[in-house]
Amino acid sequence: MHKDLLRLARSERAVRRHLALCLAAAVLAGLLVLVQAELLAGVLSGRFAAAALLPLALVVGARGVLGLVQGVAAGHTTTAVKSVLRHRLLSRLRELGPARLASHRSGELVTLAGRGLDALDPYLNGYLPSVAVAAVVPVAVLVRLVTADLASAVIVLVTLPLIPIFGALVGMHTKAVTERQWRALSRLGGHFLDVVRGLPTLRAFGRARYQAEVIGRVADEHRAATMRTLRVAFLSSLVLELAASLSLALVAVPIGLRLLGGTLDLPAALLVLLLAPEAYLPLRTMGNRFHAAMEGVAAADQAFAVLDGESGDDARGAAHGGHGTDGRAGASGPDGTGTAPRARRGAPEIRLENVTVRYPGRPEAALEDVSLVIGPGERVALVGESGAGKSTLLHLLLGFVTPESGRVLVDGAEPTADDAWRRRLAFVPQRPHLFAASVADNIRLGSPAATIEEVWAAARAAHADGFTAELPEGYDTVLGERGANLSAGQRQRVALARAFCRPGADVLLLDEPTARLDGRSEAAIVAATRDLSAGRTAVIVAHRPAMIDLADRVIRIADGRVVSDSASMIEESR
Amino acid sequence: MKRMGGRLALAAAAGAAAELAGLGLIGSAAWLIARAAEQPPLAALSVAIVGVRAFATSKGVFRYGERLAGHDVALRAQATTRERLYRALIPAGPRDQGGADLLSRMVDDTDAVQDLLVRGLLPALAALVTGVAAVTVGFFLLPAAALVLLAGLLAAGIVLPAGVTAVTRRRAARLAPARAELAARVADLLHGAADLAAYGAGDRALAASAEADARLAALERGQARVNAAAACLGVLAQGLTVVGVVLVAQAADAGSVATAVLALTSLVSFEPVLPMAAAAERMAGVSAALRRLREVRAAPPAVAEPGRPAAVPAGPLTVEVEDLVVRHAPGRSPALNGVGLTLTPGRRVAIVGPSGAGKSTLLSALMRLVEPESGTLRLRGEDGPAVDLRELPSDEARRVMTGLTQDPYVFQAPLRDNLRLAGPEAGEEELAEAVRRARLDGWVERVGWDAALGEDGRTVSGGQLQRLALARALLNDPPVLLLDEPAEALDEETADALMADLLDATRGRTTLLVTHRLRGLEEVDEIVVLENGSVVQRGAHDELVGVPGYYRDLWRAEAMVSRR
Repeated sequence: MHKDLLRLARSERAVRRHLALCLAAAVLAGLLVLVQAELLAGVLSGRFAAAALLPLALVVGARGVLGLVQGVAAGHTTTAVKSVLRHRLLSRLRELGPARLASHRSGELVTLAGRGLDALDPYLNGYLPSVAVAAVVPVAVLVRLVTADLASAVIVLVTLPLIPIFGALVGMHTKAVTERQWRALSRLGGHFLDVVRGLPTLRAFGRARYQAEVIGRVADEHRAATMRTLRVAFLSSLVLELAASLSLALVAVPIGLRLLGGTLDLPAALLVLLLAPEAYLPLRTMGNRFHAAMEGVAAADQAFAVLDGESGDDARGAAHGGHGTDGRAGASGPDGTGTAPRARRGAPEIRLENVTVRYPGRPEAALEDVSLVIGPGERVALVGESGAGKSTLLHLLLGFVTPESGRVLVDGAEPTADDAWRRRLAFVPQRPHLFAASVADNIRLGSPAATIEEVWAAARAAHADGFTAELPEGYDTVLGERGANLSAGQRQRVALARAFCRPGADVLLLDEPTARLDGRSEAAIVAATRDLSAGRTAVIVAHRPAMIDLADRVIRIADGRVVSDSASMIEESR
Repeated sequence: MKRMGGRLALAAAAGAAAELAGLGLIGSAAWLIARAAEQPPLAALSVAIVGVRAFATSKGVFRYGERLAGHDVALRAQATTRERLYRALIPAGPRDQGGADLLSRMVDDTDAVQDLLVRGLLPALAALVTGVAAVTVGFFLLPAAALVLLAGLLAAGIVLPAGVTAVTRRRAARLAPARAELAARVADLLHGAADLAAYGAGDRALAASAEADARLAALERGQARVNAAAACLGVLAQGLTVVGVVLVAQAADAGSVATAVLALTSLVSFEPVLPMAAAAERMAGVSAALRRLREVRAAPPAVAEPGRPAAVPAGPLTVEVEDLVVRHAPGRSPALNGVGLTLTPGRRVAIVGPSGAGKSTLLSALMRLVEPESGTLRLRGEDGPAVDLRELPSDEARRVMTGLTQDPYVFQAPLRDNLRLAGPEAGEEELAEAVRRARLDGWVERVGWDAALGEDGRTVSGGQLQRLALARALLNDPPVLLLDEPAEALDEETADALMADLLDATRGRTTLLVTHRLRGLEEVDEIVVLENGSVVQRGAHDELVGVPGYYRDLWRAEAMVSRR
């Protein structure tokens, strides 16, 4: 069994119990087949009276019930394993924090934590029980055969190992070939999706029809490559099938001849005929389920790689990079963050002392030896080219990244690892995410206790009330990928309303809130930002002059260093 | 398609032969043993001995042939389905608005055809042949026993799968939304990680995803119960049928040989039949996927192609738009409401206005991606009558008017191919020229012409993507160049630089430029201001800033924020 999954199954009581029940039922049902064969052979050979058909029917009934138990327990096992794994995965990704999450391919992670884990189903409810049965039933069959007819038992004993041996030989021989082929396959398989996604572009340049031929050609290549792989891959099942059926012939013909010679009686001969296939069947079943199970193993590997991986980077920047490794499974109740302070404590002073930030795997520092003091209530604009380190500085203040050296002080103290510091923040990212929830819930993200009146007020302040009123269900309209679509400017205003809906926040962090907006939308956002920053310490990453104008002070960053820092720069440029 | 039928028949025959060989193996072995116990002369057994050996050898070979032929035909069917789906998608249609997620699900749906054949149709045919063969053999040995077997096989092979299908279909209606909800929660957690962390809402979002997970798990457990019950009933049907067959045979005094053969063939004939219940569960999902594909294929294209297509007029082209009305859906307010515009050769016209004003819709109408409700779109050549755009094949319309469209796409291909798709005939010199004029040459020099782009390749920044799209448009060099928000999604400095380059590169070309930024528009010949689907102002920059109206407001707002 997959070693990490085994560890998981051991540590979770519900999984352990259901998995044990599922495997026990499978093995028991497998053993009952022996009893069934015994009774049937007895009745057919005339050794047992017709009355033995009743226990035979009872055995069949018992097998049916065990099958039911196995299936239900398997359902519980798979759903429990997937739920646990999904929860751990999502918790782990949250611990990584947004900054390091950005280095992953989020699309892949969404798939893995969603549909991807379904690949575990055939492994858990098909392959594992078949392994348990294969470990027990063939041995039991052999033991019974030894007492019934030693010669047949010897034939089965000799041919039985051929199945795993041939399976392994073929597998070993083809592993490298198939792996190479599967990689080629996934590349060719991706081509179709790529072309379909790019269809509007192809259409614009009159290349859409031409690509239809390419699709046909690639599909042909895909098929040829797949068939090359399958010709070899199916060899193993050919071997399994041949070994099983030839062995049956090897058993059946001699016992027929010995019956003729009178050295064997009919009951024993029929029992051998009925039992011999049951020795091979579990191994064949296991072999057939192996392939589908391997996809589950791959999904598990991927999941555990995320769960266990990157602990090396962690050691370097654990502090408040994420949410601490509390591992509060299923944290459901109020977590304290919901109740942001209603009253402001007064805008804090933020001090950076010789801070250097480096992202894993990159030689150059994102921020290098930055020292800054941002006074209480000061409005600071961060300017500089993209990639200069402006967003990193914001992420540093947010606690998404931790300094390699140096420290961040808020009112003279390092922010604590819990959410207490973040509760004082209001953050508007460059590309705010709209959640699959109502507009109102999107706005009250940072203060879930906010009343609808407070939500309205926040929306008004952020100039988000106008377009919200025009949505089909107003503030109850569900947003997100499957919900109503908002324009870039509207999304920004919902994000600003989020910030307004946190009246207790005394630090404002904005990341280019007006990028990608037209002049009118921008003017509205600039006005809203001016109101929002009143009485708060504000750090605004800005490109557009109107935003820069709002600031008391402009800090220019280039290549991770502060290159100029002055209130006079604005005057100069005027 | 006909050749496909042949291959399918071959695969089905091989599958049936493999199952029949299995049936023959156990039947002949049972006969051999039961007959041998009666001590006949050896010659009486020789046929059975040969039969046992022949069936044993051929079973594996037939199975191998079936699996190869079955997968081959399934892959061919999938390729055909994909090509048909793609051809159905070529004409612009309403589903173009679907997100990337929707597209990848559609592509996944084409796998359903493969499932249908390999896991549905072929095993079902093999099961059918085996069942018929077993019942036929039984009929010759003992008709009454054959009836028992027939009843058992019908119960396990028809009634049970039908029941599973009925139950599963009802459950599938609840499973699909539960899956979608979980996917949305997971996507929220990952895509919205920064927002959640900043606002301390991560725990709540995690709890919401755990709830969605629990709801899905409960439904999946329910489905597992259904499958387990079906498996249980299948085992009962098999076992009790064998018991019934033996009971009937013994009551009829059929003799030990016939009874043994009947019992064992009955037992084995269920082997291909029992998996039908599980297959039925999978087929419920497959049929939903196939229905979705049919709907996509049946969706009418957005524009009608002309019955007797006209030719594009010769010479420099003038585009005339008159009283154009476009509505995206019946009942919705019009996206364009009576727009008129003339674009003469060599002139550049800019369309400005707030988002949602109908700017992109106008370009879509010119590119024949949407069908106008009323009004005319005409192309006039040097001489001769003007040609209505609707009389041209839509491909021809786009050959004349195209360029930089919304959401340009980067293919998983080398940089060179990503550019060359806009000019398949272009030589190295022309490629280099297009790249130079789009000011992309520095980047191309750095990464190289063979750099792999797209999902698995080098990431392309927003600015590089827009410049690549501009280079494509310049390489394509259509008679009328359309540029839709070329500075979209760019930061301020990059946007200014790109707009300057673009206005430089399009000098003297017939160009229609859609933009929401006004900087640089002093250079274009005419500016058309759209608001709510109607032209509210038009004229040159100097005229428009001089009169009160939308343009001056916008100009002032931009001037204020740009401090020009």
